[in-house]
Amino acid sequence: MYPSRFQYEAPTTLAEAIAILAANDDAKVLAGGQSLIPMMKLRFASPATLVDINNIPGLDFHGADADGTYRIGALCRHAHLEKSTTLAEHQPLLASCAPLVADPIVRTRGTFVGSVCHADPQGDWASCMVALDGSITAVGPNGKRSIPVKEFVAGPFTTVLAKDEIAIEGVIAPAKGTRAGGYLKLERRVGDFATAGVAIALDMSGGVVTNAGIGLTGVGAQTVDAADAAAALIGSSLDPDAIEQAATLAAEVSKPRSDHRGSASYKRHIVSTFVTRILGNVQRAEMQVA
Amino acid sequence: MTSLFEEVPVSIDGDIPTTRVEVKVNGERRAAEIEPRLLLAHLLRNGFKLTGTHTGCDTTNCGACTVLLDGEPVKSCTVFAVQANGHEVTTVEGLASSEQLHPVQEGFKDEHGLQCGFCTPGMMLSAVALLNENDNPTEDEVRWALSGNLCRCTGYQNIVKAVIWAGAKMRGEA
Amino acid sequence: MALDEVKIGGLGASRRRVEDNRFIRGKGNYVDDVVLPGMLYMEILRSPLAHAKINSIDTSAAYAIPGVRMVMTGEMMAARNLAWMPTLSYDTQAVLATDKVRFQGQEVCAVIADDPYIARDGVEAIIVDYEPLPPIVNPEQAMAADAPLIRNDKVGQDNNVIFDWEVGDREGTDRAFAEADKVSEISMHYPRSHPSPIEACGSIADYDRSTSKLTVYMTSQAPHIVRAAVSLVAEIPEHMIRIIAPDLGGGFGNKVPVYPGYVISILASILLEKPVKWIEDKTGNLISTGFGRDVYLKGEMALRNDGKILGVRMHTDSDHGAFFSDAQPSKFKIGLMHSTFACYDVPSAHLTARGVYTNKAPGGVAYRCSFRVTEAMYFQERMVQAAADDLGMDQAEFRRVNLVKDDDFPKRTPFGFLTDSGQYEKCLQIGLDAIGYDDFKKEQEEARKRGRLLGIGISTMTEPLGAGNSREYDILGIKMFDSAELRVHMTGKAILRTGAKTQGQGHETTWAQIVAHELGIPAEDIIVEEGDTDTAPFGMGTYASRSTPVAGAAVSMVSRKIRAKARKIAAHLLEVSDEDIEWELGRFYVRGAQDRGVTIQECAMAAYSNVPDGMEPGLENNAYYDPPNLTWPFACYIATVEVDPETGVWDVLRLVAVDDCGVRINPMIVEGQIMGGLTEAYAMANMQFITFDEDGNCVGSNYMDYLLPTAWETPGFELHEVVTPCPHHPIGAKGIGECATVGGPAAFVNAVMDALKHTGVRNIDMPLLPDRVYEAVQTGNDISGMPPVKTTDE
Repeated sequence: MYPSRFQYEAPTTLAEAIAILAANDDAKVLAGGQSLIPMMKLRFASPATLVDINNIPGLDFHGADADGTYRIGALCRHAHLEKSTTLAEHQPLLASCAPLVADPIVRTRGTFVGSVCHADPQGDWASCMVALDGSITAVGPNGKRSIPVKEFVAGPFTTVLAKDEIAIEGVIAPAKGTRAGGYLKLERRVGDFATAGVAIALDMSGGVVTNAGIGLTGVGAQTVDAADAAAALIGSSLDPDAIEQAATLAAEVSKPRSDHRGSASYKRHIVSTFVTRILGNVQRAEMQVA
Repeated sequence: MTSLFEEVPVSIDGDIPTTRVEVKVNGERRAAEIEPRLLLAHLLRNGFKLTGTHTGCDTTNCGACTVLLDGEPVKSCTVFAVQANGHEVTTVEGLASSEQLHPVQEGFKDEHGLQCGFCTPGMMLSAVALLNENDNPTEDEVRWALSGNLCRCTGYQNIVKAVIWAGAKMRGEA
Repeated sequence: MALDEVKIGGLGASRRRVEDNRFIRGKGNYVDDVVLPGMLYMEILRSPLAHAKINSIDTSAAYAIPGVRMVMTGEMMAARNLAWMPTLSYDTQAVLATDKVRFQGQEVCAVIADDPYIARDGVEAIIVDYEPLPPIVNPEQAMAADAPLIRNDKVGQDNNVIFDWEVGDREGTDRAFAEADKVSEISMHYPRSHPSPIEACGSIADYDRSTSKLTVYMTSQAPHIVRAAVSLVAEIPEHMIRIIAPDLGGGFGNKVPVYPGYVISILASILLEKPVKWIEDKTGNLISTGFGRDVYLKGEMALRNDGKILGVRMHTDSDHGAFFSDAQPSKFKIGLMHSTFACYDVPSAHLTARGVYTNKAPGGVAYRCSFRVTEAMYFQERMVQAAADDLGMDQAEFRRVNLVKDDDFPKRTPFGFLTDSGQYEKCLQIGLDAIGYDDFKKEQEEARKRGRLLGIGISTMTEPLGAGNSREYDILGIKMFDSAELRVHMTGKAILRTGAKTQGQGHETTWAQIVAHELGIPAEDIIVEEGDTDTAPFGMGTYASRSTPVAGAAVSMVSRKIRAKARKIAAHLLEVSDEDIEWELGRFYVRGAQDRGVTIQECAMAAYSNVPDGMEPGLENNAYYDPPNLTWPFACYIATVEVDPETGVWDVLRLVAVDDCGVRINPMIVEGQIMGGLTEAYAMANMQFITFDEDGNCVGSNYMDYLLPTAWETPGFELHEVVTPCPHHPIGAKGIGECATVGGPAAFVNAVMDALKHTGVRNIDMPLLPDRVYEAVQTGNDISGMPPVKTTDE
């Protein structure tokens, strides 16, 4: 498996990178490369120019601002999140998702932001970002703009980024209360694409859900935003009725395909089961705290 | 030089842009003039003649090509060689000194952690990366850390034992 | 004093492997590691369609790419009478397609270029005009009256049937069914899978015009067969062909056949007069090379109410893909399927088998298997469990009733094989004790009350390994014996060569142990070489667990020839007659005077410096071994599982394996083989399969879809042993490499079925993917056939 020829650029500043993107048609940004390079090897992708951003300083970070806003830089690798000792207290959903992305070696190289930009309906991080109502910060010739993740993905493997824009960070707003949640993914083996995956982010205050988001992996042509299911949780204390309603609504909004990973009805059932399990875990943890 | 040879084939002469890369491989500075599309695995194997790094799949699953890039395990079939410019790479050939095997190598032999040997270099480098972070892993931690490397022969049980053996050796207990 | 056999690395020593010294340093030498001066690289263009007429091929754009040296087409092959080649089952197979393509992934063109990147550029530039034809993707479609004819190239082939074959006693079996209290029926499918060694196939052909010699480095488990085949196909004299199989990155049966890629690289090298390297990518390997299994069974068992099996009736429909290229003994159309039920006392049995062509990759290789014994034992053990359940009998007790007893040997199997030894009940009992069978049954009952689904599955079997004896076993007429050649140097060190070819089994270590056992030469003083047809004696190669039974026996026999000569030398040195010489490990001595002796090393020195008058100098010999029978290892595998009824996910709680492979040459290596085999069994039961959609698109052509388990999913294994020496093997050893792959899958599947017993589900076909298990739990229905072949939006 051998990629096609391309022009390689390795800028050391964002301005330089943006200028190269602006000047070249059919250019792609290379960060971790763990999705792009396999596609190039299979020649599913043959960009004319690759703009390698790995030499641009200042993009390898993740952490919380003073106000609780969480930022994940474009060169933050999955493994950095997985091995973080502080992520779980700020973003339990991300912490539970990190070890389930791809496999341990891919995680040392692949990036969070790159994964979201890849816009694969099978992407785990995109579901988390949908659940967390996160946004992507993009920079282009005219400066920065913030794009909510729910508007960021235009379709399978397509985003709204302009050709001369680079996604430089993922941003998650501060919690209204305490952040809770988790990620569950049915995979047949480490590194498999999800048969189905569920990301749930909750803000809890006094045992009551003040804010909720649910993102679904692998059950639609793109990451599914189970907004109605999430809305059903707000104001509840995760009582069985609320959980059941959320599970039902999440399953209903799923649009999976039947394939060799399972039938559509099975995948929908898994969505419902995982919503129930994640919320049950959160509810039990809340009980313990109380 | 083209993507693969010291000798420049007439066909490549001229039009194809190449770039010079310098990589510290197993502690030694090495350089090559390459096409950007050359994968790191191929630079190591064909350019630097370090054929211990194997390529086993097309889809970044098998991990046979695993090397350490600045100490971190990466699948070298999924990194362009040009991206290693200015970085350090450790391959299986760099694990042992001339006299002394790395504990992981000893462990793999002692616990029969390999059969055909094809996945072994990648598997060992993942194990080295794990033990460098945690030299006393549990069985589950070993299985988790090696889950990006496929082995078709051993059933992994002896590989796990080998890594635990090596950890004990590194801690001075074996 | 005789030597301590374990200390010198003889039989029973868990000697650390010699080959590891290079592998752990990255100094293995696999085909892709070989670089020859001036070497070119070849890449193959494969068909995107399963069945299509080729209207035209335009290679001009490929030729226009700088660095492309040649584009090979079917037409070019045909001009040299090489467009088709014979298969291992007396059929023909296209090398490069000329008329039409018959499966997705079939070889259509090959590009030879200065480097593989350019060769791939060339492949991408070729334009082929295909005219799609309706594809056939399963036996049912193949046998339909109006089915399109796949093999219109074959004169006289007017349908898609390859063979109709039967074996056994039809009338006797009919009588047994007439007399039965109960008949148990079950149908199932053993899905298509792929051996998938991590290293794919490859070759470097190097034709030297100046010497007319062709050297081919090749991923081959059977280099001598390849030499013969290449000689016949390419019409090159056999002595001008040298096949070198260097280190192999696994084989598992995948590297037995001769593939088009090898042949194309050979012709390319001849035409270009340069070495040509072809290294298959993983997709090419999975989509086009020898698969395993893909057999449908209809099984019936005639039973007495007390549990006794009276008769067995089986019908198989097997899907061989577009070319019948099964690797199997010539006589048996469906391999050794009829070795089924060998461990049970079954008075009569009958098997009918039909094989068909489909628009799928050819293969039918013995994937970690002695020619379909994997299917045979899986079907057997699934039928046994269904029968026990149908009778309402405990599955262990049902086996006890029917297992062949220890004093019944030698015993004919229901289909006429001769088993010579076994302790099947003891083997089963060790397994039951190890797993704590009765306790688990109680635990299972308790758990079920709380909604947890636990299950236990047993698989007991004996299988025939080590083809063959030459009366019955040949491949393309070449008899299945094997060979060894031993040269003892004057200092008592030695080199051993055999006709087998190791691919991870550790021959370099174990063969030396057999020599050490026979001659008392320390194993470390013996090097072992295999795989080079110019130096190794003729042999049929390594597959079907035949190395120890056949080549290993030849190693014993050649060592004994050496010892016989050394004895004469010893008598000469000790100045006594031959009859007065006694042997103890490593040393001859004078009967009655044990301190008067000479070591084997002293005899070796004398062989080159002081031989008796009339004796040829030197100490070397060879042996060809034709085994009198197959060897019959046996085993009991027991799995316990827990099924999550909400998701259908099942986890293995424990796996106990009890194996009898006779005398263990190197226990460490034997256990390694068993654990590897168990993992493939687990993979098969859980996740590993190749299927096709209705258009014949292969699902499972890369490691994203064809799943091999990682260290994380793979369960731990608990190993136990029984040792019943093989009565006819020189050192009492039997084959072992494939036993766990053969017997293992049924243990896992039986365990899951046991967990679902209360639902009334009798069968879920492998792999037991979570969605299939969940559906069965929900509906109480059996789940048959391959996972959905149609990808649909709702």
